[in-house]
Amino acid sequence: MKLEMKDSPGQLVAAIKPISEVGGNIIAVIHQREPDAKEDTLNVQIVLELPEGLLERLITLLKEQGVHIQRINEERLLFRRTVILIGHLMHTDLSDTVDQIDSTGFAEVSELSMSMPAVQERSTSRITIKALSKPDMEAALAILRRVSRQKSLLLIEPLEEIA
Amino acid sequence: MMKVALIGLGSVGRGVAGMIQKKDLGITITGIADSKSGAMDPAGLDIASLLANKGRNGSCGDREISASDVIKKADYDALIEVTPTNALSGEPAIGYIKSALLRKKHVVTSNKGPVALAYKELRALAEKNGVALRYEATVAGAIPIMHTLEHGLLGNEILALYGVLNGTCNYILTRMAAEGLTYEQALMEAREMGYAEADPTYDVMGIDAAIKLVILANSVWGDSKQLSDVDRTGIDLLTPDALRLAADLGCTIRLIAEAIPRKHILRVSPRILEKNHPLVVDGTLNALTLETDMAKEITLIGRGAGSIETASAIIGDLLYINDRYVHRA
Repeated sequence: MKLEMKDSPGQLVAAIKPISEVGGNIIAVIHQREPDAKEDTLNVQIVLELPEGLLERLITLLKEQGVHIQRINEERLLFRRTVILIGHLMHTDLSDTVDQIDSTGFAEVSELSMSMPAVQERSTSRITIKALSKPDMEAALAILRRVSRQKSLLLIEPLEEIA
Repeated sequence: MMKVALIGLGSVGRGVAGMIQKKDLGITITGIADSKSGAMDPAGLDIASLLANKGRNGSCGDREISASDVIKKADYDALIEVTPTNALSGEPAIGYIKSALLRKKHVVTSNKGPVALAYKELRALAEKNGVALRYEATVAGAIPIMHTLEHGLLGNEILALYGVLNGTCNYILTRMAAEGLTYEQALMEAREMGYAEADPTYDVMGIDAAIKLVILANSVWGDSKQLSDVDRTGIDLLTPDALRLAADLGCTIRLIAEAIPRKHILRVSPRILEKNHPLVVDGTLNALTLETDMAKEITLIGRGAGSIETASAIIGDLLYINDRYVHRA
């Protein structure tokens, strides 16, 4: 989004704070003085990732801070899929399992929750994968299916086909 | 009066006999057989006393009369074949069904073995002899899935189907999610409730659900799929943690059977679903979602097992045959 704010101390922080308040993730802040800009205003472009449905709230919070929003480009770049893996996850090198997804460059493991009972028992983990597109997600899941088979892990996928 | 011969006097057979006796359905039983004995009377049998015999000495009729004798000699319009399922050979049910069809008798069965293993052959035989072969009770118990597909959704192209087709697994998963039970604890509870067999393999490994999926796929798309064509994963390795980690996200896990021809998918596997998903049903219930070109999604929910519930499906088939063939003849 492209923002316009007063060029005075604390203003940039005031603009960024609401983003973290709504749980957004800032990817880039581009802060450039444009030659034709008014003397006392500052133009800032912020690239951010926001959970579904929170944009309206962010806009309200920014307005409350006296920040003027010039432009919002919404792009749904991210596909998420959460799966559960059950098995001897540590013995079969969980970090390698995660690496196989991360090393693709088009998908990554963004969240991992894990429970580990007694050492010899099977452990369970919940993994959220992010990918740039649907085909990328499919490719990432195909890798995970193959790795799960190789490592004798039970992979539980969501039922995505129907809403 | 429609005359029927009833083969098999287990829980389903007794349920059917009981309902025919109790309700004024225009059906009379002229032949009956269990695994050890049989009885025939073209004027109609005294079901109450035959069932009392069965309770007393384990066999309903004359030990000199076999099930095959009843099927070959009794005077009836439709055969009700409700003997136990043999998923490997389908026998002796396949033989019973064939010999009835060859006599130009309609057949209604709840037996998954013959329909999963010999559907094409049996269907061709029925067509050749101008009679009906109906098997509503083989899939999802009381849910009228076959009637819905055949009549209610006539003209629709069925694009995919998804279902919870095994009540035992659904009960186990429901209890694991609700009480944090381990798989073993929930299975033990299911046994105590009478929902699981002493050997639960057939249910928990997804074999039962896969057989039902094969029956559905072959019926809907005219395929010749077999049990071995189903990509199958059971629920026996699920952990309470898996259900808890799913619940943290407002989700749960269910054993889902799915057939999506355009993606070449024929699969039974535990899946993560949002708790408010229509296929997330509790306890031993079954559920089925059909995806079609015109109607879009339709979900049916109901009881997948039980003596009277299964009798509902069988009687529905019988009365349909009566209306369509016998009555008009």
